[in-house]
Amino acid sequence: MTTPTPTGAPRTDLPPVPLARPGRRVAAVVVALLVAWVIHVVFTNPNFQWHVVGKYLFSKEILDGVKLTIELTVSAMLIGVSLGVVAALMRLSDNRLLSGAATFYIVVFRGTPALVQLIFWYNLAALFPRITLGIPFFGPDFVSLSANAIITPVIAANLGLGLCEGAYMAEIVRAGIMSVESGQREAGVALGLTRAQTMRRVILPQALRVIVPPTGNQIIGMLKLSSLASVISVTELLSAAGLIYTRTFETIPLLIVASLWYIALTSVLTLGQRAIERRLGRSVQDTPGVSWRRPRRRAQPPVPE
Amino acid sequence: MKAMIEVRGLHKRFGGIDVLKGIDLDVAAGKVVCVIGPSGSGKSTLLRCINHLERPDAGYILVNGEYMGYRQVGDRLHEVRERDLCASRAAIGMVFQRFNLFQNMTVLDNVTLAPRLARRTPMAEAERKALTLLERVGLAGKKDRYPYRLSGGEQQRVAIARALAMEPRVMLFDEATSALDPELVGEVLDVMRALAGDGMTMVVVTHEIGFAREVADEVVFMDGGVVAERGPPAQVLQAPREARTREFLARLL
Repeated sequence: MTTPTPTGAPRTDLPPVPLARPGRRVAAVVVALLVAWVIHVVFTNPNFQWHVVGKYLFSKEILDGVKLTIELTVSAMLIGVSLGVVAALMRLSDNRLLSGAATFYIVVFRGTPALVQLIFWYNLAALFPRITLGIPFFGPDFVSLSANAIITPVIAANLGLGLCEGAYMAEIVRAGIMSVESGQREAGVALGLTRAQTMRRVILPQALRVIVPPTGNQIIGMLKLSSLASVISVTELLSAAGLIYTRTFETIPLLIVASLWYIALTSVLTLGQRAIERRLGRSVQDTPGVSWRRPRRRAQPPVPE
Repeated sequence: MKAMIEVRGLHKRFGGIDVLKGIDLDVAAGKVVCVIGPSGSGKSTLLRCINHLERPDAGYILVNGEYMGYRQVGDRLHEVRERDLCASRAAIGMVFQRFNLFQNMTVLDNVTLAPRLARRTPMAEAERKALTLLERVGLAGKKDRYPYRLSGGEQQRVAIARALAMEPRVMLFDEATSALDPELVGEVLDVMRALAGDGMTMVVVTHEIGFAREVADEVVFMDGGVVAERGPPAQVLQAPREARTREFLARLL
């Protein structure tokens, strides 16, 4: 076959024609049909009972459940992040006992199902009927209370979810700290800063860039994980819906109500996460494969001069 | 003249390998000592021992007449508490091969952080001083930039200003120009030359033989964890006595 030679001088006014991609068009048509079918089914099948969904979406019981779900998520994450930072710093310690204790904590609480931990804390009274505050082995006891009085279902849920979360956060924080180049620490201490000052002002702020994205995922995960508390009679969002449908047998519409709230809450969290990431990205170099910041959001490109 | 830095019998091992095998070094106040030698000869480790980033296994280091990292109690040396070690380190500025500017801070914050935290210098005063220093290294106009927006040469000049902000009596340079593009080396060497001219006591680990010849009061050639040869630059660099010094210099050219 011979290549036809262009006649005359090359022209600059020839319009480029994009390559036809028939496979992609077929796939798009198939997807469009599927979407249409799903929409059709969802809105024509009377068993979805959309009017029931509307009736309960903003009912007081559901809203109370939403409130408790948010509270559980916030407090469990606060416990988890605090424990995670402490456990991560302990794991990175040169002292074998400190790092060993942190490793043990992570192995136990990351290695058992959150559901088991929740039920365990809920039944703590079986193990320790009385909870006593004092100095172990030697000292006087200051307070002694019945475990059943202290460990309410909500407390048990907070303990279970928070301790479990701490084990995951410990690994996330540790990865973040280790991602900061060792030269940053050396520069800090060489200037005469203490190790704690260097950690707080130099290392942790940079570790945040690595810590925040997975922590956002953890918060979203926690929001949904908190539904486990329904098994220990905490009336968060899922059990609030459950309490209604065991009464009315409107199971599907109430699960839809709960799901809509979970989606709404996770969407809000996702937006917040993006905003924080963008803020943290201010000092980040846009190196491909290193930066997780979305380059097109940048105000001005870096101009090394 | 009194020694600003006195190193005696310094040994350091890393995982069974002797990196420093008994180093003696004296640097008089206001003098510039350039340390040259092949990679792996222990030059950087020597510097890192001087400000106690590495703990010596044997031997001692005196900076301005005081033990670095230790305190003499009777006939023993006790390791000092962190606060005291920090105070000793603050009097020693260090400049790294990879600049190590704090990536999460602007140029100005990089320079003011240590005075504010370690010396409790008020913000306004720290910034005033930082701007003077940035002026000196020619970067006052870039005080609000983050490090990643600066070239390597600019980052290293900021790193020098950052070290000077603690008003050190000694400056250590650990291959300060080795990570720079060739055309940026000059601007950093200019700043170092000016600093030497102002009478700063400096220990400079470098591969820039031209700089050593011009600025150093003494050149120390290290090889295999020992000082193989030392003397005035004219002697060590132009008429080395030791065969391995000659070999090393020949390879550099």
